[in-house]
Amino acid sequence: MFNATGVVIEIAQALLGLAVAPALVGLVGWVKARLQNRRGAPIWQPYAELRKLFGKESVVSSNASWVFRTAPYVVFGSTVVVALLVPVLVTPLPFNQVADLFALVYLLMLGTFALALGGLDPGTAFGGMGSSREMTIAALSEPAIALAILSLALGAGSTNLGEIAARTIAHPTVALSPGHILAFAALFIVMLAEAGRLPVDNPATHLELTMIHEAMILEYSGPLLALVEWASWLKLTVFLTLAANLFVPWGLATSLAPSALAIAFVTLLAKLVVLAILLAIFETRVAKLRLFRVPELLAMSFVLGLLAVTSSFSLR
Amino acid sequence: MTAAFLFPLFWMMVAGYGIAAAGLVMPTRRLVRAVTAIGSVTGGAAGLTLACLVLWTDASLMLAAPSMLTIAGGWMIRLDRLGALFLALISGVAIPAGVYAASYTASYEDRYSTRWMAFNFGTFLLSMSLVAAAANAVTFLLCWELMAVSSFFLVVTEHDREESVRAGLWYLAMTHAGLLALLGAFFLLGPGDPAVTGWTFEAMRSAAPQLSSSTRNAIFVLALLGFGSKAGMVPFHVWLPRAHPAAPSHVSALMSAAMVKLGIYGLLRIGLDVLGGGPSWWGTLLIVLGAASALTGVLYALVADDLKKLLAYSTVENIGLVLLGVGAGFLFLSLSQPHAAMLAMAAALLHVINHAAFKGTLFLSAGSIVHATGTRDMNLMGGLVTRTPWTAATFLVGAMAIAALPPLNGFVSEWLLFQSFLPGVTSSQAAIAGLLTLGVGALALTGGLAAATFVKAFGISCLAIPRSTEAAHAHESPRSMRFGMVLMAASCPLLAFATIPVLTTITGALAGLGGLAWTAPAFHLGVTLRTPNGMAAMSPAAIGVVLVAALTGIWIVVRVVARPRVRVGDTWGCGRIGQTPRMEYTSTAFAEPLRRVFDQLYRPNEDRAVGVVRPESPYYIQSMTYQTTIHPWFQRTLYDPLIEGVEQVAGWARRMQSGSVNAYLGYIVFVLVVLLVWVIGF
Repeated sequence: MFNATGVVIEIAQALLGLAVAPALVGLVGWVKARLQNRRGAPIWQPYAELRKLFGKESVVSSNASWVFRTAPYVVFGSTVVVALLVPVLVTPLPFNQVADLFALVYLLMLGTFALALGGLDPGTAFGGMGSSREMTIAALSEPAIALAILSLALGAGSTNLGEIAARTIAHPTVALSPGHILAFAALFIVMLAEAGRLPVDNPATHLELTMIHEAMILEYSGPLLALVEWASWLKLTVFLTLAANLFVPWGLATSLAPSALAIAFVTLLAKLVVLAILLAIFETRVAKLRLFRVPELLAMSFVLGLLAVTSSFSLR
Repeated sequence: MTAAFLFPLFWMMVAGYGIAAAGLVMPTRRLVRAVTAIGSVTGGAAGLTLACLVLWTDASLMLAAPSMLTIAGGWMIRLDRLGALFLALISGVAIPAGVYAASYTASYEDRYSTRWMAFNFGTFLLSMSLVAAAANAVTFLLCWELMAVSSFFLVVTEHDREESVRAGLWYLAMTHAGLLALLGAFFLLGPGDPAVTGWTFEAMRSAAPQLSSSTRNAIFVLALLGFGSKAGMVPFHVWLPRAHPAAPSHVSALMSAAMVKLGIYGLLRIGLDVLGGGPSWWGTLLIVLGAASALTGVLYALVADDLKKLLAYSTVENIGLVLLGVGAGFLFLSLSQPHAAMLAMAAALLHVINHAAFKGTLFLSAGSIVHATGTRDMNLMGGLVTRTPWTAATFLVGAMAIAALPPLNGFVSEWLLFQSFLPGVTSSQAAIAGLLTLGVGALALTGGLAAATFVKAFGISCLAIPRSTEAAHAHESPRSMRFGMVLMAASCPLLAFATIPVLTTITGALAGLGGLAWTAPAFHLGVTLRTPNGMAAMSPAAIGVVLVAALTGIWIVVRVVARPRVRVGDTWGCGRIGQTPRMEYTSTAFAEPLRRVFDQLYRPNEDRAVGVVRPESPYYIQSMTYQTTIHPWFQRTLYDPLIEGVEQVAGWARRMQSGSVNAYLGYIVFVLVVLLVWVIGF
């Protein structure tokens, strides 16, 4: 299916992700506020923040170099490429042949790497602390991701997203197999860590001793900050889309017919809303972990991944 | 037809390296440097062309001088495709390293003999190239030893520093222990009288099926000891983090990028080509040792404060990754899955080549950094990205490539390593599936930790405020060094872009060895790389193009739409004015969280001393010192007792040497009497 329409749809999907991401984060924040008996900011608050940040000037530290100024573009760019490669509405699309799940993990690592360098560049203690912690968590979550991917690949016979989703659509019972559920649990924990959500990191706090992501980007301001923030929202959206489309892919269009696309669009939005609400409930229920307890959580995720592989192996 | 070019090219390569070695007798120092550079570039270019001709055409080079050393089989050179692959690697690194050396060695001129260095450099390059081309045991072992000795002299270039000499001694001891194992392996392998059969690899190959299985196992284990110690496999890697930092940087680049790879070459030559694979525990052992090397290497790289030591440990890590691939290859071969075996071996060899590209870049850049700042301690660096822009840029390229970030080359081979494990995970044998699953976990953890390590390596040494006056006044290196670094760094994106032709060449070189299937059609040639059995598809070139296009697009859109204005201001210091380098994160601090997570492995010695104003009020602290050292586990549990034992035995032996002539005469009389009794009595 390598055709121009397919490529156009891929790009449209990435743009859709970009457009939806702020609302999704706004929704999570709003639900959380409601659950905590607060009124909360409106769902479209993040759009206003982006507009405000893009309109401001960037204050750049005199110690910082071009690395600091390039990093936000790299983070944003690599996340957009990931959004391009993930099946959002239709599968399989031409870019399915370009990258698989492992390649996506490495693409996300490119963004993390760039931002960690951006955190070190101005030479503050905060930035260094944030970078160091971010890389610690990124490094420790890799094995769990790899095993979760492996267990998905075991069933589908491929690590390409299109094949995995197509197989689950073709064999609905797969979605209820223990391997699939365990892999989902493993990937969910890792997603929380990678997207900087509770209980690993708290995106709402500015407390020195607990921040990870926020400490790293403390020196960013104006449009550069907007790019970093938008990228991290997009990352969360991509993760939730992946969770939706790999584990419950129904509704995903398998042809380019307009009606199928419309159904796919509506079901995707519905799935994202459900996942966002679940995320908000989860985040209200758990407390942030101490930094040095996070490895235990990630180890748990690794064990879940291992169990997922074992069960898909033994139940095959 | 191409065969006609091979001999001239071979002799040109020898002559080139000979010219480099002839630096020994050049009258002026300038001439020494010029000769080294010209010689190694000529030799490298000739070697690379020769290797490519052998790889891409049917030609193969054959040279024999049986009259020399007849008793051991005579000199014999035969360049086949597997050897040519490694020759291409050596020559490809020799060119930029030679260019780099032209001005780099100038800093050694006042204190050390650059003539002796040039001689050893030429010999080193020549002996490495000949190892890859050797056709029989004696040629192989002689060149192997020549390579070890010449590189030993290069390691101890700074012979007036105790650290260098110590490193040299470790290296010498380990390489000769390895040589001993290799001699054993070849004696077990050698068919018949060497003067008759020549002990060529070909003769060994045809004789190998007649060997008993225990002999084959013994040969494999001995070869693993010998070649593994050269490659830097855990736990025989101890020489590597000592020797690489001590050697001049262009030599470290060559040692790390080319020489240690010859250990992998030897393992493939003996294990795969001559013995044709073995029982499944060979592969299992290699996978276990590979995983141990990868994780140990990266964990110690992570906590290293010495920039070159960090790179050396990361070489151990990458050799571990290669061994994981090679091990999976052997395992699949024993399970008679030749396609999967080919994929794993090809992934390992691709990583060998990629590692040469980025580690060469990193060592050359590190040399330039050390040259500019006068220290290898990252806690005294910083701010180099504005002061030495070329060096920092090439270092960044190398760091991104080794952290396996797309669109550079490290990403491609690590991806392929992951994919090569997948067919094994679907194996019907639970033990093998479990082993390979854990292998995937080890591979992923290594990758993640490597990314953290290289954020630290680049971020601490090149970014932020300089942490010492030397770093603050750092100057960019001379032109030839810059040229060498850029040449080496350019190979990283190039290799990623040209993955498919490179991979085809590798499969061509491996095809037929030890029953590996000729799997040219297994890779979907085109833009997309499809692994055999259709497990996964990925296109490194397309990812690169999409990534660059997306970045450019975003850049333009942000510029046009948001028109960002930038104001340069002070760093936010919570209201505090002024910022000093002491506020920055250091290399030690950066690694601290991970060091704490892996505390059980590192077991650091920590030493805190708190100076208080008055002993009765411990909360008023005047001064504080904190020291921490990590004594590696392999040192603690393996080598320290060994060294202690040797010293104890030496202590007993010393008692005999009283220094008194009378006692020595007494020994002579005693021995004479014993001999006389023996001769007469029996």
